[in-house]
Amino acid sequence: MDRRIVKIEARDINFFYGSRQALSSVSIEIYKNQVTAIIGPSGCGKSTFIRLLNRMNELVPNTSLKGAILLEEEDIFDPSVDPVEIRRRIGMVFQKPNPFPKSIFENVSYGLKINGITDGNFIEKKVGESLKKAALWDEVKDRIHENALKLSGGQQQRLCIARCLAVEPEVLLFDEPCASLDPISTSKIEELILELKKYYTIVIVTHNMQQAARVSDYTAFFLLGELIEFGKTQDIFTAPKDKRTEDYITGRFG
Amino acid sequence: MAKLKEKAYRWIFTVLAFSSLIFLVGIIIVLFKEGLPVFKEVKPADFIFGKAWYPTFDPPEFGILPLILASFWVTVGAMFVCVPLGVGSALYLNELAGHRQRAVLKPLVEILASIPSVVYGFFGMMMIAPFLQNLLHLPTGLCAFTASLTLGIMATPTVCSIAEDALSYVPKSFREASFAVGANRWQTLVNVVIPAAGSGISTAIILGMSRAIGETMTVLMVAGGAAVIPHSFFEPVRPMTSAIAAEMGEAPMGSAHYHSLFAIALVLFLITFVFNIVAELISRRFRIKLGLGG
Repeated sequence: MDRRIVKIEARDINFFYGSRQALSSVSIEIYKNQVTAIIGPSGCGKSTFIRLLNRMNELVPNTSLKGAILLEEEDIFDPSVDPVEIRRRIGMVFQKPNPFPKSIFENVSYGLKINGITDGNFIEKKVGESLKKAALWDEVKDRIHENALKLSGGQQQRLCIARCLAVEPEVLLFDEPCASLDPISTSKIEELILELKKYYTIVIVTHNMQQAARVSDYTAFFLLGELIEFGKTQDIFTAPKDKRTEDYITGRFG
Repeated sequence: MAKLKEKAYRWIFTVLAFSSLIFLVGIIIVLFKEGLPVFKEVKPADFIFGKAWYPTFDPPEFGILPLILASFWVTVGAMFVCVPLGVGSALYLNELAGHRQRAVLKPLVEILASIPSVVYGFFGMMMIAPFLQNLLHLPTGLCAFTASLTLGIMATPTVCSIAEDALSYVPKSFREASFAVGANRWQTLVNVVIPAAGSGISTAIILGMSRAIGETMTVLMVAGGAAVIPHSFFEPVRPMTSAIAAEMGEAPMGSAHYHSLFAIALVLFLITFVFNIVAELISRRFRIKLGLGG
């Protein structure tokens, strides 16, 4: 079991919104083809952290960063690195499903088109594959040219996953993907995550500890911008080393 | 007692709310009542398509085609100025300007929209017209081109402000979704943000148009005032609004001339009414498209 390969490594990350420090000396390794869950109470920096992994936080003005994040040993914050390329390699699914107000087909093909692919047959094939991988194909195959906003919330979220998959990322980031979904849609997304980890490295931020326990192989517990504990999910949930982790997972605060 | 108070408030506000409706209906009735009698003198088709506007000649001629065309030319010309400027600056404000810049610039743009039109007229008359006259060796600087330019500058803040609102209504999540699959800023703008705000931007343009076509003081001051069918942008023209404003004082009350001016106002009202309905329809479609409800 210990033949794990490091896909992403965060080294001593300190991150600031203006003068407010959101992350303090966070170092963590994300392993290839594993699901890493990030848990912690609101405002602990878990969303901030996951948004650093694909340089999404750059869209927020007035932030600063110290430390390095290595994607296969290359610093993604190196000035020579194009953030656009990083975001293509590291896909992201957001808290609220955010399909474009376009057709299902256009949503999934969007990433291909902006990456310069014009071959219609290839796009069509890729859209089909991505929808199948996201377990949405059977539900939408007859209405692929309908507006994506007509889908249910859970379907929209799987569409957003398909949209990510179409550009063949290596890593998938899920930022509380089930926060706005009902239990049935949630369990579908969870099944999907377990399926997708065969092909992708997955990081998921979640408020729901049962979810972390169900889907993840590794768990990181954040508190007030610090990484308190990181380890195999089983160990974190059954034998946490830190008192604060134990308090959190047993529901003493949160 | 409290119940009575509530009833009274309800009543007062209902009256206030309906008063604007009453004014609107009143204005429309006056326009029809005072405008329609002109058709005893001239057939509607001859009124709208007649090529000669000589209301004080004997016999008078009431063809408003030169006035309609003048309004049309000046408005279209103004569009060439205010659409690129207004939409361009809205895109800049929304996409490129930092928070601090926007906090200064947006209110400035809105102040620009509140400058009285006579000031724009002055500016056009005293600065733009002489400048163009010297530059292009025109017989007069007061022409359709100057009017277009002045009106365009005047409508720019309206277009900019409404278009910027439309852009800022585009949910942040659309942008994030686009960036997350590896789109750059430009691709996101062209493929996601502008289409999503498209109908809002069209609304901005139409409202800018209806501001330009309804504007009176500026065109009265800078358009030159000749009621002839324009053949070039550098000839003086007399748009519908300036005809009404300039002639109302001289037209004897109850005369055919007087009624014809009301009829012009009626035509103008119908045109701007259509513009506003189109703008409203487009913006409703836009809200539905973004899932904001109708």
